[in-house]
Amino acid sequence: MADRPHHPPVDDGLIGRRGMLKCMAWAGTGVLWTVSGGVASSVLVGGAQAASAGAFSFVQISDTHVGFNKAANPDPIATLHDAIAHVKALPQQPAFVLHTGDITHLSKPEQFDTADQILKDLGVPVFHVPGEHDTLDDGNGKVYLDRYGPMTKAKGTGYYSFDHGGVHFIALINVVGLTGGGSGSLGADQIQWLAEDVAGLSSSTPIVVFAHMPLWDVYAPWGWGTSDAPAALEHLKRFGSVTVLNGHIHQVTRKVEGNIAFHTARSTAYPQPAPGAAPSPGPLTVPAGELHGVLGVRDIRVVRGQHDLAITDQTLASA
Amino acid sequence: MRFRLAAHYPYLIAGGLLVAAIGVAQAPARAADAGFAAKIANFAFAPPTITVHTGGAVTWTNADDDPHTVYADNGAFKSHALDTGDSFTQTFATPGVYSYHCSLHPYMVGKVVVQR
Repeated sequence: MADRPHHPPVDDGLIGRRGMLKCMAWAGTGVLWTVSGGVASSVLVGGAQAASAGAFSFVQISDTHVGFNKAANPDPIATLHDAIAHVKALPQQPAFVLHTGDITHLSKPEQFDTADQILKDLGVPVFHVPGEHDTLDDGNGKVYLDRYGPMTKAKGTGYYSFDHGGVHFIALINVVGLTGGGSGSLGADQIQWLAEDVAGLSSSTPIVVFAHMPLWDVYAPWGWGTSDAPAALEHLKRFGSVTVLNGHIHQVTRKVEGNIAFHTARSTAYPQPAPGAAPSPGPLTVPAGELHGVLGVRDIRVVRGQHDLAITDQTLASA
Repeated sequence: MRFRLAAHYPYLIAGGLLVAAIGVAQAPARAADAGFAAKIANFAFAPPTITVHTGGAVTWTNADDDPHTVYADNGAFKSHALDTGDSFTQTFATPGVYSYHCSLHPYMVGKVVVQR
């Protein structure tokens, strides 16, 4: 299936976008996406096209679900290889990759082993957050933490932050200790850590937050949200540019709220239905030959001195 | 006559049906039974409320293509991740109401009522 041109309602919920762009050093909101079957491109709104000087890019991949074997994709390892080949063919190579969770399908050590082995082919560091499928061990995520925690000196359930090229990256965990009837949850300890983590930063520092479940209510009947996200985002409101990257729902959605731009990403394994479009959010089987058109990766370009983070979503069919 | 009765006393008919429905749903499992067979399908526990006698058991079987868990809200019991076709059986020795959810998809909730 050819990727549908994605023309999000760029102005929805935005107050005075042009004015905002003028007065801010950075903005994650001024990106007009143009994604089509063969070529994905983005147009920077209110700024010059990306210049190469001082620029870096990173890639988001998500929901690799190593170990899944149902009709929606009997071979997610093959599509993960395809996704990596896609990344390696990008004209500008990423400095690193963010994996927004559901590395594995069932948290089995051999599934983590397989994923790690394949992701090594990227040749750049991979920063992880767990999905709910990665914390199914008896220790509620201990297997994940033991494996990935030390690299980032992760705190608590696995949250951490790092800086690259003047951008502050924050990894949040919203899939551990979930309670009945709710959705994703960060917990008071993590929100307190977040407040302290950003306390010393200048408000002009661009922020990229990544977590597995959406940090906004995409669709409450399917639990596609994070109940205490508003309390966390409160600490980020003073920043001029906040970009929030999530996975979990295996499809691209986006929303802009003030200076915060929210994006969910495609999976490299299988699609899920649009909110409410099926009786349940279970794996969606598409007609043969159309799978690569609904799987994808996300390329994010950060250009110092420019006003935008250029975000392009690319399907694996556009390789 | 039936129609007239229903028209005039709809609540009587509805009440009767309700009692009948509860009667069926609450047919308690016996201690010696394999247990009440519950299903997990379309990201929901079915039926959402199950009633058993003390010592009765419930067996949940996952019919979805996504894994689920059966996780007591108070931590009293917890299944491993149930992949497609996997089952989990829990025996209830103490009377009470046990609310549970799926730890992967916490909006999925259910209840086991254990009667003496």
